[in-house]
Amino acid sequence: MIRVARLVAVKDLRVEWRSRVILWQVLPFGVMTLLLMGFAEGPETTLSPSVAAGLFYVVVLFVSMLVIARSATIESSPGTANSISMLGLDPAGVFLGKATAVFLEVLLSALILLAGTTLLLHLPLALALHSLPSVVLVVMGLSLAGTLYGALTSGLTGSPTLLPLLVLPTMAPLLIAGERTISAIATHQTWSSWLGLLIVFDVGYTVAGILLYGVVEDS
Amino acid sequence: MSTVVRLDDAVVTAGRFPVLTGLTLTARAGECLVLEGPNGAGKTSALRLIGGLESLARGSGEVCGIDLRRGDRREIRRHCGWLGHEGSFYDDLTVRENLTFAARAGGFDIAGLATSVEAVGLSQRLDVRAALLSAGQRRRLGIAWLVMRRPSIWLLDEPIAALDTSARIFLQGILEDALAKGVCVILSAHDNTMELRAPVSRLTIVGGRIEMGESS
Repeated sequence: MIRVARLVAVKDLRVEWRSRVILWQVLPFGVMTLLLMGFAEGPETTLSPSVAAGLFYVVVLFVSMLVIARSATIESSPGTANSISMLGLDPAGVFLGKATAVFLEVLLSALILLAGTTLLLHLPLALALHSLPSVVLVVMGLSLAGTLYGALTSGLTGSPTLLPLLVLPTMAPLLIAGERTISAIATHQTWSSWLGLLIVFDVGYTVAGILLYGVVEDS
Repeated sequence: MSTVVRLDDAVVTAGRFPVLTGLTLTARAGECLVLEGPNGAGKTSALRLIGGLESLARGSGEVCGIDLRRGDRREIRRHCGWLGHEGSFYDDLTVRENLTFAARAGGFDIAGLATSVEAVGLSQRLDVRAALLSAGQRRRLGIAWLVMRRPSIWLLDEPIAALDTSARIFLQGILEDALAKGVCVILSAHDNTMELRAPVSRLTIVGGRIEMGESS
């Protein structure tokens, strides 16, 4: 399983690096969205950390949707899908590999967007740095759930629009927990319970993906 | 020659629409089975069923001794290789990267890469992205993928579409070599002009079932 996961992750990252779609299209989209939010806020207003964190996570969610859709289409041509299926790869390994590649791509984007949030939406830098563990856990959850739902909608009519429709409700707990963690850190409240929720979500989706990815692929 | 594929009154549906409506056929090791028929006749669906990519709605069948209904379809797929006319690999990876991925994924020795690339005449294009290859070279890359994996059943979906005469002759040579080594080749074609020097059976599929057949 680990061998297949590593193989698939390296392949997906290499495909992405060659096409530069995330670098030249997805990331600029995220930065532009933040910029527009900054313009909407205006130079004289300072958002509360809670609102800035919420906007940051909404942009990360948009970016992750695009990355997940992109990941699901790597094998979308019928010929490629058929010949890859013939390799008989362990589906659990394929799930972990694709989720790892998505995680690394979205995490890199999220870190750049977090820096953008401190600049454009005035999220305090120290707060942003303290939030890093929760950002990692949220991105991990988005990647795991998104990879599973990406496989589910792949090949269906209207899959690019169906994916966000299906996956957004499942991602709501992640975004709430992520935003609450930053708010709790900002107001010096306990935030470990939110991190705990994120860990439970990530473990749950890892197990679900390992068990269900093969079934979803075959269906 | 041993029977590697057997379908008996096989029915496959896409949603509620039947794409195979009672297909019966056998294919043996070292034999080429050509599925002919018009567009939409069910040729690709038959290949997908044999490759474990579709499930049987009715009827029975076996591929390499594995029951199509009750057996592990993932295990069936490991015995098969696919070559489509639209390209069967990653366009953003180079020839070398595509073949390395296929070899590692299948647990094959990476040393076989050089031999398979040499066999299909792509040695000079190893570091070229698949997207930049010509139609004939793309088909050769798909064949290299098959040659390296050495599956016991080759499923070729319209393999000669868009190929010029020299590319067709080249493909013919590769197939004759594979057949001589005991590979079972099943290919779909709507205007098959290949004349293989090997045992060939031809079946015409119309409306998801065999209309007529002949062996040579």
